[in-house]
Amino acid sequence: MLPVIIFAYFAISTTILSVLVITRKNPIHSVLFMMALFFHIAALYLFLNAEFLAAVQVVLYAGAILVLFLFVITMLNLKWEVAYEPFIEEWPISLAVGLSLLLLVFFTTMNFVKGPIGQYTIEAIKSETNTKILGKVLYTEYLFPFELASFILLIAIVGAMVLAKKK
Amino acid sequence: MVPLEWYIGLSAVIFVIGAIGFMIRRNLIIMLVCIELMLNATNISLVAFSHYLQDLRGQIFAIFIITVAAAEAAIGLAILVVLVRNKGAVHTTEITDMKG
Repeated sequence: MLPVIIFAYFAISTTILSVLVITRKNPIHSVLFMMALFFHIAALYLFLNAEFLAAVQVVLYAGAILVLFLFVITMLNLKWEVAYEPFIEEWPISLAVGLSLLLLVFFTTMNFVKGPIGQYTIEAIKSETNTKILGKVLYTEYLFPFELASFILLIAIVGAMVLAKKK
Repeated sequence: MVPLEWYIGLSAVIFVIGAIGFMIRRNLIIMLVCIELMLNATNISLVAFSHYLQDLRGQIFAIFIITVAAAEAAIGLAILVVLVRNKGAVHTTEITDMKG
């Protein structure tokens, strides 16, 4: 019973927080609600026995990406933004499209069939800790994608610098 | 024990909220935030699959998605800063040069 209550709390609060994120007029408020949302998602990861990802979620998302967003918003000085209507004129159509997408996903997940169970049981992960076993898989089986990810980050660094440079 | 379908449902709800936010907002910053929201929703479902199918690949994919999200946020915000510097606009309704 307790897991269901905890999950219900996190499900309801993440849904409410994400609705708040997309409806606030002030971008700063949106981003701050997003930060609360990321902490809730990190707690969900803990609930799913993914300790390393929970830490990465807090450090990288809430600590780095959102601070970047806040930095840009404060730098651009968007005070006048609050006076504008935040939504486009055609918002009912977008809402209908989104809700039909939700319906489609729900009907798809109702027919979901579980695949075969893998080899990493909770006991196997417990004996070696989550971070260690994740590192082993990442640096052996997924070494090439890992290198590609580092290349993507390099391109992002160079691209951001080239774009932001004043001509 | 919470069934796997609940996590998929939660992930779908957050993804759709992000998609709706991306479509209905004028502000480009909020649109970028909505992309982060959608990526987080997929991360939730990947981690849930990883736990319930006892396979670590889901968590590895979540790490890759976080990497790509960081790169995307950096590039997107750089483009936004350039856009504001050149046109003084952060609204999609004001950026109509390509007549799209």
